[in-house]
Amino acid sequence: MAYKTVFGSLDNFSKGRIDIINDDPKHYVFSNLFEVAKKSKPWEKVAVGINQEYVLEAIRAEGQSGWYSCDHDETVICMDGNVEVNFVKLDTPVAASGKSGAVAVNGEPVGKKMGRVVLQQGHQALLPKGSAYSFTAKKTGVLLQQTIIGDLTKQRWAQICLS
Amino acid sequence: MSTSQDSTVKASGPNNFGYNDFVLGNFKFNRDEYFAHVSWPTGSHAISIDDFLRALQRDCAWDFFYGTVNFDHVVGTINHYGNVDLFAGRFNEAYRKAELDYSENFQTPDIRSTFHSMLDNWTNSTFDPFASPAETQAPWGIKSGSNTEAVTRRRVAAARMVGVKGDEQIRTDATGHPINRMFADVPQDEPQVFAEPGFEGEIAAFNLFAYLSRSNVTWNPSVVSVCKESLYCPTTEEYILPIVHGNDRVEWFIQLSDEIVWDVADRETGAPRAKVTMRAGDCAAMPADIRHQGFSSKRSMLLVWENNSADLPALIASGKAPQYPVSF
Repeated sequence: MAYKTVFGSLDNFSKGRIDIINDDPKHYVFSNLFEVAKKSKPWEKVAVGINQEYVLEAIRAEGQSGWYSCDHDETVICMDGNVEVNFVKLDTPVAASGKSGAVAVNGEPVGKKMGRVVLQQGHQALLPKGSAYSFTAKKTGVLLQQTIIGDLTKQRWAQICLS
Repeated sequence: MSTSQDSTVKASGPNNFGYNDFVLGNFKFNRDEYFAHVSWPTGSHAISIDDFLRALQRDCAWDFFYGTVNFDHVVGTINHYGNVDLFAGRFNEAYRKAELDYSENFQTPDIRSTFHSMLDNWTNSTFDPFASPAETQAPWGIKSGSNTEAVTRRRVAAARMVGVKGDEQIRTDATGHPINRMFADVPQDEPQVFAEPGFEGEIAAFNLFAYLSRSNVTWNPSVVSVCKESLYCPTTEEYILPIVHGNDRVEWFIQLSDEIVWDVADRETGAPRAKVTMRAGDCAAMPADIRHQGFSSKRSMLLVWENNSADLPALIASGKAPQYPVSF
């Protein structure tokens, strides 16, 4: 028997559901990251998971992003599409020491080029502490970022979650 | 009723079926051809040996995990991170009302050594408790060899991310991880990584979906990436989660492929609260006051996302941190 593995994408996802017996559906904070990205602006970092200070952000990858940096490691999974990530080793940190979450880098980052990675669906990349990184997506895709709540995190739970 | 005492491994020689009997505090464990029998001062209970070994395997591999590991509706453990409660009926409303519930507290090394010995002694050579039922033979019968290699698999725990130089590495045929039969269609291409000279060890990427397609265990979260206390613990799921997990903190599920249905019940009483059906791309929290068990008809990929903070259970138990991740 040939099995078919079902992944999701912006153009093809089937959202699940909650059948309530004795509870409030809001307790499950249930959303679908493809649906969230479908309704987001390019490169908006919309939280789809939150656990104290930690968040998971769904990002609509479309065109060229700005540059970001962070004072701690982050990771990103390409959930749909094809996304290139460029890295620069900053001469001077942009994110303040102890600052949580990604911050925007004004203009071009100053430092040595570290390299780049090209991600397709299911690929995960490290966004290392102290680097600057930017994304390029020629075709619209979706990223899932593992990070901490920061200045750029958008929280719109009432709009994205089942209730 | 509750007592606290130290214990070391107390095991008999082989019983009539060839298996050792074990004593841990006032709990007694023995197995025959079909069942694990557990007894304690106020009662006794039988669990089908396949269910028992699958649950015991997870409890051992996860070192008692986060919160409560219910082997079934009667027996289980509560992790206090340094010591562990072994209980019977603690999370069963009828046992509680009848005052037949019982628990004992053990230092983690003591219960760990007994559980590991029991798992090794009670698992026959052709049974793998981590495998899906379709991928292993049955555990029934009198003692027939052992499967130590299978029950002592090393749990993956990346320090930063799989694929980073010096960290956990990707899975391949050469590492003994063939593609699972239900993931034969998952692309195996690795990301293109172009590192400038001098930065070869600093940028990294890997194919998470391919990595998961080569997992040889089911229902076994293991760490692939870390952001301080934020842990990505993806796992591949097939058939039924062999334990019912009672949360002591909020836990998150991100469905990466296919579908899992979760039965969610009250952590204390077991009363049903919801059924959560998750498909690829769905994100859902498991609150800190529930127990849950998953069902996956086709092998699926699930990203379990944990907050590993040691402070959380006490903060939640004292009401200083909420049982639900966010209010809206």
